[in-house]
Amino acid sequence: MYGYILRRILATLPVLGIVAIVVFAILHMSPGDPAALIAGDHATPQQIADIRSKLGLDRPLYEQFAVWLASLASGDLGVSIFSNQPVTRLLAQRMEPTISLAISTTIVMVLLAVPIGVIAAWRADSWIDHAVMTLAVLGFSLPIFVVAYLLVYALAMTWDVFPVQGYAPLRDGIGAWANHLVLPSLTLGLSFMALIARITRASMLEVLSQDYIRTARSKGLGPRQLLIDHALANAAVPIVTIIGVGVALLLGGVVVTESVFAIPGIGRLVVDAILTRDYPVIQGVLLIFSAVYVLLNLIIDLLYVVLDPRIRY
Amino acid sequence: MTDALHQVGLAGDAGILSPPRRALVRRYPMVVLGAVLFAAVLLITLAAPWLASHDPQEIDPIARLRPPSAEHLLGTDALGRDVWSRTIYGGRISLMVGLVVGLLASALGLAIGLVSGYSRIADAIVMRVMDGLMSIPAILLAIALMSVARASIFTVIIAITVVEIPRVVRLVRSVVLSLREQTYVEAAIVAGTRPARIVFKHILPNTLAPLIVQTTYICAAAMLVEAILSFLGAGTPPEVPSWGNIMAEGRTFFQIAPWLILSPGLLLGATVLAVNLVGDGLRGALDPRIARRM
Amino acid sequence: MKTWFFTRDGIVRAVDGLSYHLRRGETLGIVGESGCGKSVGALSILGLLPMPPGRIVGGSIRFRGRELIGLDETAMRAIRGNEISVIFQEPMTSLNPVMAVGRQIAEPLMLHQGLSRRAAHDRAAEMLDLVRIPDARRRLTEYPHQLSGGTRQRIMIAIALACRPDILIADEPTTALDVTIQAQILRLLRQLQRELATSVILISHNLAVIAESVQRVIVMYAGRKVEEAPVSQLFRRPRHPYTVGLLGSVPRIVRGSPQLQTLPQPQPKTRLAEIPGMLPSLSEPVAGCAFAPRCSLASETCRSAPPPLKEQAPHHFAACWHSERAAEVAYG
Repeated sequence: MYGYILRRILATLPVLGIVAIVVFAILHMSPGDPAALIAGDHATPQQIADIRSKLGLDRPLYEQFAVWLASLASGDLGVSIFSNQPVTRLLAQRMEPTISLAISTTIVMVLLAVPIGVIAAWRADSWIDHAVMTLAVLGFSLPIFVVAYLLVYALAMTWDVFPVQGYAPLRDGIGAWANHLVLPSLTLGLSFMALIARITRASMLEVLSQDYIRTARSKGLGPRQLLIDHALANAAVPIVTIIGVGVALLLGGVVVTESVFAIPGIGRLVVDAILTRDYPVIQGVLLIFSAVYVLLNLIIDLLYVVLDPRIRY
Repeated sequence: MTDALHQVGLAGDAGILSPPRRALVRRYPMVVLGAVLFAAVLLITLAAPWLASHDPQEIDPIARLRPPSAEHLLGTDALGRDVWSRTIYGGRISLMVGLVVGLLASALGLAIGLVSGYSRIADAIVMRVMDGLMSIPAILLAIALMSVARASIFTVIIAITVVEIPRVVRLVRSVVLSLREQTYVEAAIVAGTRPARIVFKHILPNTLAPLIVQTTYICAAAMLVEAILSFLGAGTPPEVPSWGNIMAEGRTFFQIAPWLILSPGLLLGATVLAVNLVGDGLRGALDPRIARRM
Repeated sequence: MKTWFFTRDGIVRAVDGLSYHLRRGETLGIVGESGCGKSVGALSILGLLPMPPGRIVGGSIRFRGRELIGLDETAMRAIRGNEISVIFQEPMTSLNPVMAVGRQIAEPLMLHQGLSRRAAHDRAAEMLDLVRIPDARRRLTEYPHQLSGGTRQRIMIAIALACRPDILIADEPTTALDVTIQAQILRLLRQLQRELATSVILISHNLAVIAESVQRVIVMYAGRKVEEAPVSQLFRRPRHPYTVGLLGSVPRIVRGSPQLQTLPQPQPKTRLAEIPGMLPSLSEPVAGCAFAPRCSLASETCRSAPPPLKEQAPHHFAACWHSERAAEVAYG
């Protein structure tokens, strides 16, 4: 078991390395001149040359990469071209809304989706099952911003239940904070919930057809013990895995959601950065989100140890 | 008990193998619905020149932001352009992007996956890179790729393809690896069959089924990603009336003219739904064991 | 009793008319080829079959005076694992892989007898001793994948007998095990049956297994009972052609056990006798005797009218129009 844990932790290092390489490479993969890209369409050759020397873009690639890595290691993510502030400070300022949104969405959606999936599998082929599956496919097919606008149209414009947009920081009170988060959470979480519910159902169905479920039934166990102790316990590994994958979707969806609901978080930051070609910011956000995702997957891998005794021994 | 149930199972299987058409509809209503829906969207977009009521580019400053009416089926946008016409022309772009990305990602992913499954050295490198690529959330990666390129349909296609390739590679590779363990492949190798022949005769056919399923899902995902990219301003250039762009233009006017976003949006949703349903059906019909190994 | 499966492509009559009694403390064997409905019949007792496609369409199952068919689910659950238990064929997959073995034994104890977790685990350790698993205390916290097939089957038996049920249904308990382990498990079952005075229904397609362990035998074919007799009588003089065929296909090596010594000595040939033909499909209703297509004694009566089960000798029943001549049938 300890070997497994160690191996998993070590395995994240090359992945993080590759992420760093990819993020670095994107800027240099462009067909054009990176300095020209950063300077913009209307820059003079002089301005481009200035930028090139200022950002060290005239250095050989490996040297640039080494310098960049070194600064990463010391926690320096560069300086925003647009606003001249350190990227780390920008990220810190925008962190709270994004984290609020991401975490609340994840928790609520998992708490909803897993039971739905379990029930759908338990009552397979019933109208509940078909309803769940249909809604799941729908949830997965509608583009996230369309869902956003549908919700806004229905719940904010037509019936004034929730605010149309905006974010209320926690220190202004939990009520306002939660109120502003409802629509964005629903938007962000719908396809996530659909995915989790589907996989939960599929995983449960597979488990429910196993022999040990028959044994459990033959002991006279009731549905609750059957479904939770025997079925879900065995279905947990794929479900937890897909929650991890779903978070990747979530991290991407955060960008759109914040954009639609005008939430001043990291997602909005990156969208603005795209329009202004603010590469340090783009790179910084990519690195942070990827690192979070990799870490989350590591945690999930380590969770397997708890969930599956076959790994432990 | 397994014996009697086995007979039951066998009786059920015979239906799947050779279905008369009516039984096909009854058995997979959702898939048929999906296929029909997709065919409808495809036909409408292909027949756009005949079905459009106006020239999609035609500006009419007087008739701006009109709600749906007899003359303008889906209303007009901020420049007075007919939304219905723009939508069905825009569908061509979105469908094309979806299909091309699907095929391209599958083809490239297949090639890379085959190599990776076969050569241990290549595998080590390729899988690291793929893992790294998959660790970056898809939209972010696509956005970042678009930020270094000049916006055009071509670059959008490339960007989304790069994002979708890793999943295909993973799938193909896992199939190849599992097939290599099979005794009949070992036998072929021992018998001296050339690797290329083994690949084509034994391995390739087995990758096709899950690959086809995966392609449909990629098409669906690609259409969504393109829409999101365009919506955020990082996708197809503004002149191109893709669904994402139409919706992006409608953003500022949402409160007064919701149809600008909802019409193309729902249509996009319907199309993606259709493709997803077809994909689900294909997965159910083809061997589910292999298709699920992602 | 009849249990049918209603599928998209037809009705599979898995069990089509099966009746028997089980006395207290008795061991009954049900034998037949794969697919003859022996497992389905036994599992119907506890309602453990998937009931959407399956349904008990006729007959009655009476246990201690209560009718089990149509019993509501809660009452049924009180019986399962408590008054009637089952052990299954595949010990490798019949235990929950992520739950400690001790807890799996303790579960029915906590459920049916209301024991606390500690008390239930103590009793579980006792059960492990009972099924002759050494080092019981340590085993309680282990997981199935750490144990061998034979040990797992013993755990299954421990689980089944934990609440001291009146009836134990053993569905092919040894089929998936090595031959040496098979013998151990069968011996264990015999010992436990004596110690606990449990009635046992032992289902197997393997005649040698049946011969060693049971007192009375039922032979099933195509969902019906075709012969029933005390075990020694069955082996000494079978009264149904199918039974004769089954006996003829027992390998010579296996005939070491005392019961089997009474079999007529086979001709000195090395080939195992094979019953020609194949099992009928259970989805087409059969007119006449289901075995007729494969039987050398088959006559017109056999093909047109299903033979009734008659007492051909004291305590010995067979469903065959030509039962007296059955023993003459030779195969191979």
